[in-house]
Amino acid sequence: MPEAIIQAEKIEKFYGEPVAGAPPTISVDSLAIEPGKIVALLGPSGCGKSTLLRIMTGLTQPTSGRVLWHGKPMQECAPNVGIVFQSFALFPWLTVYENVEAPLKAHGVSSFERRKRSLKILDTVGLDGFEQAYPKELSGGMKQRVGFARALVVEPEVLFMDEPFSALDVLTAENLRGELLELWGKKAIPTRAIFLVTHNIEEAVLLADRIIVLGKNPGGIRTDFDLVLPRPRDRKSPEFTNYVDYIYKVLTSPSQKATPQLPSEALLHPATPARTYEILAHARPGGIAGLLELIDESPNGREDMYRLADDLSFELDDLLPIVDAARQLGFLKVEEGDAQITPEGHDFAAAEILRRKELFRQAALTNVTLLRQITRTLEAKRDHSAPEELFTDLLDEHFTPEESSRQMETAIIWGRYAELFEYDADRQRLYLHTAEPVTEAPAQ
Amino acid sequence: MSSRQRTFAQSTAGDRNWPVLMDAAVFCGVVAIFYALSFVTRYWFTAPVAEAVIERSPRYLPLYAFYSLVRMGVAYVLSLIFALSYGYIAAYHKRAESFLIAVLDILQSIPVLSFLPGVMLATVAIFPHRQLGLELGSILLIFTGQVWNIAFSFYSSLKAIPRELREATEIYGFSPWQRFFQLELPFSAIGLVWNSMVSIAQGWFALMLCEMFVLNNRDFRLPGIGSYLKTAADHADKPAMFWGLTALIAVIVMLDQLVWRPLISWSDKFKFEQVEQSTPPRSPLLSMLRNSTMVHAFQRRVVAPIGERLIQHFANRGVVSEEPAQQGWLRRALPIVLFAAAGCVSLYATGKAVILLTSVTHAELVLTLRAAGATFTRVTLSLLLALAWCVPAGVAIGFQPKFARYAQPLAQIAASVPATALFPMILLAIIEMGGGINTASIVLMLLGTQWYILFNVIAGALAIPSDLRDVSSIFRFDRRERWMTVILPGIFPYLVTGLITASGGAWNASIVAEYFRMNDHTYTTLGLGAQISLANDSGNGRLLLLSTVVMAALVVTVNRLLWKPLFRLAEGRYRLDS
Repeated sequence: MPEAIIQAEKIEKFYGEPVAGAPPTISVDSLAIEPGKIVALLGPSGCGKSTLLRIMTGLTQPTSGRVLWHGKPMQECAPNVGIVFQSFALFPWLTVYENVEAPLKAHGVSSFERRKRSLKILDTVGLDGFEQAYPKELSGGMKQRVGFARALVVEPEVLFMDEPFSALDVLTAENLRGELLELWGKKAIPTRAIFLVTHNIEEAVLLADRIIVLGKNPGGIRTDFDLVLPRPRDRKSPEFTNYVDYIYKVLTSPSQKATPQLPSEALLHPATPARTYEILAHARPGGIAGLLELIDESPNGREDMYRLADDLSFELDDLLPIVDAARQLGFLKVEEGDAQITPEGHDFAAAEILRRKELFRQAALTNVTLLRQITRTLEAKRDHSAPEELFTDLLDEHFTPEESSRQMETAIIWGRYAELFEYDADRQRLYLHTAEPVTEAPAQ
Repeated sequence: MSSRQRTFAQSTAGDRNWPVLMDAAVFCGVVAIFYALSFVTRYWFTAPVAEAVIERSPRYLPLYAFYSLVRMGVAYVLSLIFALSYGYIAAYHKRAESFLIAVLDILQSIPVLSFLPGVMLATVAIFPHRQLGLELGSILLIFTGQVWNIAFSFYSSLKAIPRELREATEIYGFSPWQRFFQLELPFSAIGLVWNSMVSIAQGWFALMLCEMFVLNNRDFRLPGIGSYLKTAADHADKPAMFWGLTALIAVIVMLDQLVWRPLISWSDKFKFEQVEQSTPPRSPLLSMLRNSTMVHAFQRRVVAPIGERLIQHFANRGVVSEEPAQQGWLRRALPIVLFAAAGCVSLYATGKAVILLTSVTHAELVLTLRAAGATFTRVTLSLLLALAWCVPAGVAIGFQPKFARYAQPLAQIAASVPATALFPMILLAIIEMGGGINTASIVLMLLGTQWYILFNVIAGALAIPSDLRDVSSIFRFDRRERWMTVILPGIFPYLVTGLITASGGAWNASIVAEYFRMNDHTYTTLGLGAQISLANDSGNGRLLLLSTVVMAALVVTVNRLLWKPLFRLAEGRYRLDS
């Protein structure tokens, strides 16, 4: 096994102050980036994959554990890495040439040398003739080429990419992926390893030599395996779809126990005790209902997830929260990458508007801890009301501040739909839903 | 020679002549600046003349205008340097941040005149035998009226830099120097330009105060356009008032053409947008400078090599320098020492102030509170008056884009005239009509602040989506419904922004509005502004301090209790772009 370029050991990352007993948001025992490989990091949104990337680059410090660069702690050296960002992160006031030249300036390279290297890399990524253009004059794909050129001009040992193709349209993204593979295959770029964060499963299977899937609750490695697939890879080949299917299964299996087996060896992360709060998937009741109706119509109320995503032309990130939410409410079961509607789910899909609200209410109170807790609290209060803060504070012990406010937002949407409670946005208070109609007309 | 060749030859000749003319113009500009510099330094190092004789002949106006411009320019440069440093420290030192921002909030609410005695005594003490001492005092006064909003703007720009851009500079090891010039300064450029325009406008507004004042019963008069206007008012000399005003407007229009338009057009490239805008602002002067070979040569031979040297000097060469322990220690200790020193000084000053305030008599306190009430009423009244005409007018202009095209530039010219310069004429007119300074002061506040409200209302009305207006006509909303459900909520965020600026301006205007000397007669009325002016004139430090503290407290309280909640409401519920 070749020596790792970057090696992370026993890293844990908490958001905010670590609370005794609470599991960390990210917990990774060991993760190495070795030369000669494209590594893809996959995971549902909010699992901390971007944070893990930033820990591996040294931009973010882990709460505990250490990251080594060629065996030395990251802080003691200036690691030679480049990053390609989802938002491109170009300086809009600099020309293409100046954007690419900027990292070399930072490294104190002489102006002659800078010119030579910048022009060469611009040529490599196909930006010849665009040197004096400003980023705003370019299309998305061209902008990301500048992003690649800027990352590659420092001849990084590891090239990090944070969802580099997500902001591009389908065709442009496909074209850029192909060109990246070509450059990598021909060794036209001096980079020894690529570390790619993505939520697009096909993209990962298309590009990577090794795939790591990160889970939520806690954010740990669910599986980590090498792909044995010759290049160029054919999206239609059975091997390709097998891998995609397998990753779907890993991502949709609710707990570590159920992680399916890959033909090759799959590294399983030891199970960790579950949280008191199951993380709410951010989906709207309308989306959940739509999905259930769709599945209910298919034979036996069963649908292959991969096909479902394809039919809806949904990205994984769009579909997973809805599936998750339906599962949390007990409307859906997820088995082997297939979604199976439950009897409750069938009732819900078949019901009319008011009946649906009732079913949703029952399901929410039975299955969702947070909603149950909010309702109980409001019932216990003399004035049947409580500030939103009360609950966000509780959530803050388990989630990042942004995540807790998102959790609360979802809880409010669900609670309003289920007519469990009402929410006054101006005063940021929750009120128990009263049976009699509200006398005051709601504000426009 | 074929005709095509001939046209080609002509066009290249034109190409060649044009840059030569441009170069000649730029060259003249450079010579003029050089001469001006030597002239100003000679003037600054003459013996001080505290009470310059101000001629009322219009012949002197160009010279006076030049003096005022220099003061304004130096004050602005100082403001910029201070604001950049202050904003930078506030944005990057977590521990100091909230403290520094609170201090800024308070400083912003203190009127220019309250700084007068301290500033003047200090600068005259530092340069007792040079005109520079007096000049510097006046410059620092202008500075106190300009600096705070620039600092705020820079600070909030720094806080708004997108995370990924920051990460890019971090991962490629940008030195702070490179980060400042390639990320922080460009990102804040647009905010800085707009706030600089506001600051300079505030400078013109306060010019009369800063060039001619009475301190401890002693007259101070510096040659300038502000003192010219004030002298003209003192003698009720209407032609001189007219000439002074004309010169002032000429200077403001010239600045607009020669400085602000090119700057705005130039700063357009710093817009943080990924897609190109359809009609970027243009400026003929900027294209002239861009076409000048001399400017190009200067850029290539001087600016570029110096920039290169600096970049190389500060670049980190891929090695983490092993800092000597001593330097690390020094670096850690230095801020603590500085903060401790600043703390000690402010503690001492606060102590002194408290001692001074304890000697305030009961009668003085009651008088000050009554004065505060009077000024507060005036400010409120002027804001209400401004609302009463600006909201309907602004909405009318905003809903008629054709009309807006003519009305807006006219209103902009009207708004650029500092209300203080008009004040003597207004006061004269109102006295002739049988009114008094009480009415005149409200009119002055109105003149100084209505524009903020008008422009914001126009912008708000333009921003209301036509869909919403269509809805109101489809459902045949009556006038009241239209205003309550579409127009008022639609312009609300803009209205709040305008009102916040206007209220600040009205408080500032109270200093001029409530106390004015004309024709050897002092017109004054009960009010905080009058008290501050009076305290300065008579050298009553106790009263000055008391009035200033009361005014600052009042302004900060109103900000906290009224404007901030309104602003939050506007940002939250009434935003149209969500």
